Amino acid sequence: MSDATAPSPTAPTSSLLKQDDRTRRRNRAETRFRAYGMAAVIVGILALVLLLTSILSNGLSSFRQTFITFPVTLAEERLDPQGNRNPEEMARVTTFGYAPLLGQSFVEHVQSMGIETDLGPREMAAMISDEAPGQLRAMVLANPDIVGETITLELLAGGRIDGFFKGRVTMASAERDNNVSPEQLLLAEALREQGVMDTRFNWDFITAPDASGQRPEAAGLGVAILGSFYMMIVVLVLALPIGVAASIYLEEFAPKNRFTDLIEVNISNLAAVPSIVFGILGLAIFINFAGLPQSAPIVGGLVLTLMTLPTIIIATRASLRAVPPSIRSAALGLGASKMQSVFHHVLPLAAPGILTGTIIGLAQALGETAPLLLIGMVAFVREYPSAPPDGFFDPASALPVQVYNWTQRSDPAFVERASGAIIVLLVFLIFMNAVAILLRRRFERRW
Amino acid sequence: MPLLWILVIVLCLGVAGYVLGRQRAMASAGGDRRILHSLPSYYGANVSIFTIVPALLVLTIWLFVQPVVIERQVTSMITDTAIEDAGSRGLVMTDVRRVAEGLEVAIEQGALTSEEAQNIRTEFTNVRSRLGEVGVALGGEVTPEVLDAAQRYRELNRIGNQMMTIVVLILAALGLGYAYARTHQEFRARNTVEYAILTILVLASTIAILTTVGIVLSMLFETFNFFQLYPAQDFFFGTEWAPTFESDASELGLLPLLWGTMYVSVIALLVAVPIGLFAAIYMAEYASARVRSFAKPLIEILAGIPTIVYGLFALITVGPLLRDYFAEPLGLGTSSSSVMTAGIVMGIMLIPFVSSLSDDIINAVPQSLRDGSFGLGATHSETVKQVILPAALPGIVGAILLAASRAIGETMIVVLGAGAAARLDLNPFEAMTTVTVKIVGQLTGDTDFSSPEALVAFALGLTLFVITLGLNVMALYIVRRYREQYE
Repeated sequence: MSDATAPSPTAPTSSLLKQDDRTRRRNRAETRFRAYGMAAVIVGILALVLLLTSILSNGLSSFRQTFITFPVTLAEERLDPQGNRNPEEMARVTTFGYAPLLGQSFVEHVQSMGIETDLGPREMAAMISDEAPGQLRAMVLANPDIVGETITLELLAGGRIDGFFKGRVTMASAERDNNVSPEQLLLAEALREQGVMDTRFNWDFITAPDASGQRPEAAGLGVAILGSFYMMIVVLVLALPIGVAASIYLEEFAPKNRFTDLIEVNISNLAAVPSIVFGILGLAIFINFAGLPQSAPIVGGLVLTLMTLPTIIIATRASLRAVPPSIRSAALGLGASKMQSVFHHVLPLAAPGILTGTIIGLAQALGETAPLLLIGMVAFVREYPSAPPDGFFDPASALPVQVYNWTQRSDPAFVERASGAIIVLLVFLIFMNAVAILLRRRFERRW
Repeated sequence: MPLLWILVIVLCLGVAGYVLGRQRAMASAGGDRRILHSLPSYYGANVSIFTIVPALLVLTIWLFVQPVVIERQVTSMITDTAIEDAGSRGLVMTDVRRVAEGLEVAIEQGALTSEEAQNIRTEFTNVRSRLGEVGVALGGEVTPEVLDAAQRYRELNRIGNQMMTIVVLILAALGLGYAYARTHQEFRARNTVEYAILTILVLASTIAILTTVGIVLSMLFETFNFFQLYPAQDFFFGTEWAPTFESDASELGLLPLLWGTMYVSVIALLVAVPIGLFAAIYMAEYASARVRSFAKPLIEILAGIPTIVYGLFALITVGPLLRDYFAEPLGLGTSSSSVMTAGIVMGIMLIPFVSSLSDDIINAVPQSLRDGSFGLGATHSETVKQVILPAALPGIVGAILLAASRAIGETMIVVLGAGAAARLDLNPFEAMTTVTVKIVGQLTGDTDFSSPEALVAFALGLTLFVITLGLNVMALYIVRRYREQYE
């Protein structure tokens, strides 16, 4: 018997080949911890996917709209009683004069197609959008010579009929709805089979102005896109030069003293101030004190400029700092002044970074809503703002505010519109960010 | 002379100054630019600056001062009886201004000649209807007194504008002459020009201070007005929020709003902090370069999405979902907008905020600490929990505080997701409201800025500003004070 076979008094409690309980527990904890991490990442990505699918599935249909195509007889005795085709006199006929014409022509067309329906003429005419008479009137006044003729028109169908083809309105919901009846939906179905009604891409959603709460089918984003565009011009023209000038001073010239410290603290604080506070500032200073008009892109642009400045300053300073000191030394060594070295050498090298930061700042400003609510951009605006510079002072809307506006209306068709508006907003944002990324990839220099 | 013309003339003088200054400098050097102290363009720019800057400075100041001076002159003409008739001095002055502007418009449109406008009398002509013809609507009939004041107003304005034109143009010419005379080959033009540029740079960087001052002053001033109308302790300690626009019976207590804000923010942080922190740990410690390269940008997209998008997401997806699957089966409420809805969606918005800040901080912990821990036999998770997190803690706390300040100041998500009913309640499926929602509510649309119901928004804004500022300063302080310095 050798000692080796005798059980040792202190037997090893674990081996590399066989794990003991404690190691197993620790390893399990390790796996668990890792799984938590992975789960967190997955939850984050899932949230993104859910968010985007929710918006897309609700909003994509807003780009399509149902139209009714039928011949309309523009009776002369109704539209131009004098018969002299004078647009001024014809303008006395209001949209209420046009609506019966449309209804009558529509009813006749349905009867001529031989479609059986229990609906009275009034109910049939209600399937056409309330916006259609106004559109027809504008068309006739622009071209009085078409009076007396019979022309084939494509007119918007009512919001509920449109909702039926998009699946938002069903026979069951129509039973409970005062604005639409199941018979109307049956007729719409029959008309679609005959090709009188069809649902197709609708540019008016992007170009037309907003419409009132009863006419979701006619509401568009034209004024909002133009307003947002004007604001972005104001922001770009003001924030870029001011931001770059401030960054150059702070990064290249500022002595280390209390004054520059104060500026630095202010900038980092402004970057974290809630956006709505900037709205209060805009209301108090730009509108109440300086007397600028409400809902004007210039005020929105000024407020967004103040909000965007910290972003641009921080980005610009980072890219100025990234330019190596040897460039400055070389310029100074060749006899350039400090100012010349900055403006002729450092700034051009930092330009791609500055541009990237500016675009990202603009993208942020484009999506900002809260401050604009306070300066009156929620107003219902149907008129396009005129061309700059006067247009900066005209009332306008803005894309994100239009979304908010539509969520506040009762007709469920506006939910679809709001989601559609968000898709447009996101497309702009993706475009801007893509440009920023491309710029960075293409021009970024590593020293 | 119209303002635009003055501007154009001054700018033209500036351009002329540039050319002249440059020529004179070259001439003084006999055409040899090597003798000049500065590059020729600096001499030109110097003359331009001296021409344009003083003139425009005076122009700007004049434009601000003139209306105030004229107002004071004209106001003294109005008797007390007229003021009593109209209600207040301000209303009479508004009438005066409208009549004066209306007369100008009438002349511009050719409805009146300038003599007719001078001699117009209330006894012979109905001024109101005459001005109505050119599209200037007046509230009431024009009294002789108002008409006199308006004529005086026009007269003063005309004189003021003439004087302004003369002064500005003379100043521009003087500046041009002065700088031109000084232009000489030994004159240090570059230094003057660079000094001017430096001044512009300094002014640009003070805009940050001005903005802060503007924010604080605008809110402080109106908050002060509010507390004149409504007692401060009722605002800070009141537990009822019930504004009515008819009588003085409004209850404007801050506490229910603050409670809603805090409740939503806490839920948001309960969602965002664990997910964000674990995601950051996974990304920094475990993920392979490939996973990291697509997962990190994907999560950061969440930070670039505008808050209105989250708001709509809360309104149309999360809210109904929570109501149908949690609140109604559990019998906790039937509202689709609730603290929970807003909190969860806001939490999603804050995930990238927490995760990317924490990611940076975790990455800043030196590798040697990890190696040391591994060398002692710790597993990876033990290393994270016992070495890396303690080392990164100040930074992470700072990140969480910044996220909290975001949550408190967030507006659109709560406007669309949390509801508008102010109440002190514990049920997270109940609609509640926040400070930001009420700021939007009280200030949107046509509001009368003398009622406490509108002014309260400024007091709410100031409260919000102070809270978020406090959190930000605290975050910065913690990060600076407790940051480990690694060499």
